[in-house]
Amino acid sequence: MAYKEIDSVLSPGNYYFSGNTAAAEGAIAAGCRYYAGYPITPSSEIMERISIRFPEVNGAFIQMEDEIASICSVIGASWAGAKAMTATSGPGFSLMQEAIGYAALTETPMVIMDVQRAGPGTGQATRVGSGDLMQAKWGSHGDYQPIALSPWSVQEMYDLSIEAFNLAEQYRTPVFLMADEAIGHLMERMDVKPGLRIYGRFKQADLPPFGMDQDDGVPPMPAFGEVQRLLVTGSTHNEWGIRKTDDGSIHAKLVERINNKVFNNREKIILTEELYLDDAEVVVVAYGFTARSAVFAIDQIREEGCRAGLLRLKTIWPFADHYIEKIGRSARCIFVPEMNRGQIKGEVMKYAGCEVASYNQTDGEIIHPETIIQELRRLF
Amino acid sequence: MARDLEQYLRPEVKSTPFCPGCGHGILMNLLLRAVDDLKIDMKNTVFVSGIGCAAWIPSPNFNADTLHTLHGRALAFATGVKVFNPKLNVMVVSGDGDLTSIGGNHLIHAARRNLDITVICANNMIYGMTGGQAASTSPLGALTATTARGNIYRPFDLCELVKGAGAAYVARYSVTQPVALMEALKEAFSIEAFSFVEVLSPCPTQFGRRNSYDSAVDMIKMLQGNCISREEAALLSGEELKDKIITGVFWNEKG
Ligand code: SF4
Repeated sequence: MAYKEIDSVLSPGNYYFSGNTAAAEGAIAAGCRYYAGYPITPSSEIMERISIRFPEVNGAFIQMEDEIASICSVIGASWAGAKAMTATSGPGFSLMQEAIGYAALTETPMVIMDVQRAGPGTGQATRVGSGDLMQAKWGSHGDYQPIALSPWSVQEMYDLSIEAFNLAEQYRTPVFLMADEAIGHLMERMDVKPGLRIYGRFKQADLPPFGMDQDDGVPPMPAFGEVQRLLVTGSTHNEWGIRKTDDGSIHAKLVERINNKVFNNREKIILTEELYLDDAEVVVVAYGFTARSAVFAIDQIREEGCRAGLLRLKTIWPFADHYIEKIGRSARCIFVPEMNRGQIKGEVMKYAGCEVASYNQTDGEIIHPETIIQELRRLF
Repeated sequence: MARDLEQYLRPEVKSTPFCPGCGHGILMNLLLRAVDDLKIDMKNTVFVSGIGCAAWIPSPNFNADTLHTLHGRALAFATGVKVFNPKLNVMVVSGDGDLTSIGGNHLIHAARRNLDITVICANNMIYGMTGGQAASTSPLGALTATTARGNIYRPFDLCELVKGAGAAYVARYSVTQPVALMEALKEAFSIEAFSFVEVLSPCPTQFGRRNSYDSAVDMIKMLQGNCISREEAALLSGEELKDKIITGVFWNEKG
């Protein structure tokens, strides 16, 4: 199966949407027809929008009793053949972690949108943060390779929502749209194009649904009721889904493949945007709302004669290791402003090979351009 | 297991994983007999289970789509399957700890929603697979790996719980009452709404040996002696009912 072009569900044109509404519309455009969720600030508008729009597109919406039930029912629906999703924020994302590992091991495509708020704990439910990125990477036990995207605009809430579904189907894995409260509640204009590229589920009878000869292959995924008599289990299983909990080599092979199928394809998966990297002495690595402030700050400081540039991470996981290595060879310093205590800075340090500076803010406020300008001045 | 039921088992499955004397084998047999009697289309049926010995009744044994899920969450997974594709028959087969303790929240909400899902809850009154710890269904005074001096908390009355939550059909029988149990399973399968059958299934390995039922036969005898019908129970005093397990159909929306 490959990509195919389809007509947009929303009529092409210009829309004035909130980020959360755009994310819901992106999901519908991508073919999502099952949604289960539980209310939580600041993500609830995604669920509300879906609940209103799904009857128009023959989608199945259900409000579940908690986030655990939500994600588990999404996995069930995915195996029943649905493109399926849930949306939440930090506390709900925490509750979902066990099932995320289940989805990774059973290779269940689904999208989870986390509109991040200021944590840990209940924290500040209505205020912004981006402290869930390492949780997205390591939240469930065991080794797996998540895919996580970070939108910086209402447009990208729409576009990356579609991308998230495409990646989930292509790699048969859970994909996270790691938005933040500021983007979720931002209102701005966005474009809907006439056509879009959609990845359809790869189905092929007679091929084992959990095996591929290549150690980074993605097997086909039939649905329940399609006469394949599927065996789906969260225990270690062979290529036909038969539980194999004693044979260490089967476990090793399975874990290796579900990691490799994402990691070895990271060059194809990773999306970034670059600004002034050709001559940049100091490169800002930023994502989400913070990248908006960074662009403003960089333009400003370049007028002062300081050669700053930007690498914007649209894909957080798998991490853009090669991009950072490359920048580390040409730039003097990499600067990472974040609404957390340095979660991505740590990753940058692993690969940079040059000086890495950071600015961390966890007061539930966005990082203002002036703050980034001040920090950058110090580095020149 | 009778030869004619073999068609419902996966050819590659050679034996059940249960301990000798476990009640789950009897339940498995009765369940497939009910499937056979009703001519249920296994190709269009999804069996969902959680974690524990009873969760292995359908997975990987049944020759149908099987979804072996997380501990406690079978009903949440089943809800997703059924809501997205209502044409599929969805049956949940799992244990008491799985469905009613860690999964208790999902159980009451699934009953409240009254989707067409059949739930078979194998109640062995203990956590079998993890080594015999107390369950929310262990009787008062029961000796378990975590209640060495006897269980001090009352067990759930699962049928009253699920009935109160809004299920359309609720019944309890023991594997020692095979004829009545099979009728209840068939009724539950036939009802197009949320139906719940609690099945007392002896666990000689973890429950029996700790509670002086030294053999599988002793456990079966205990259930035979203690399981009484609702009609019999109505004639007994509170004291006489102390160790009894009341069986029967507790609610049937159809009347
Ligand atoms: S531990 Fe108990 S419930 Fe589990 S298989 Fe053995 S006898 Fe059956």
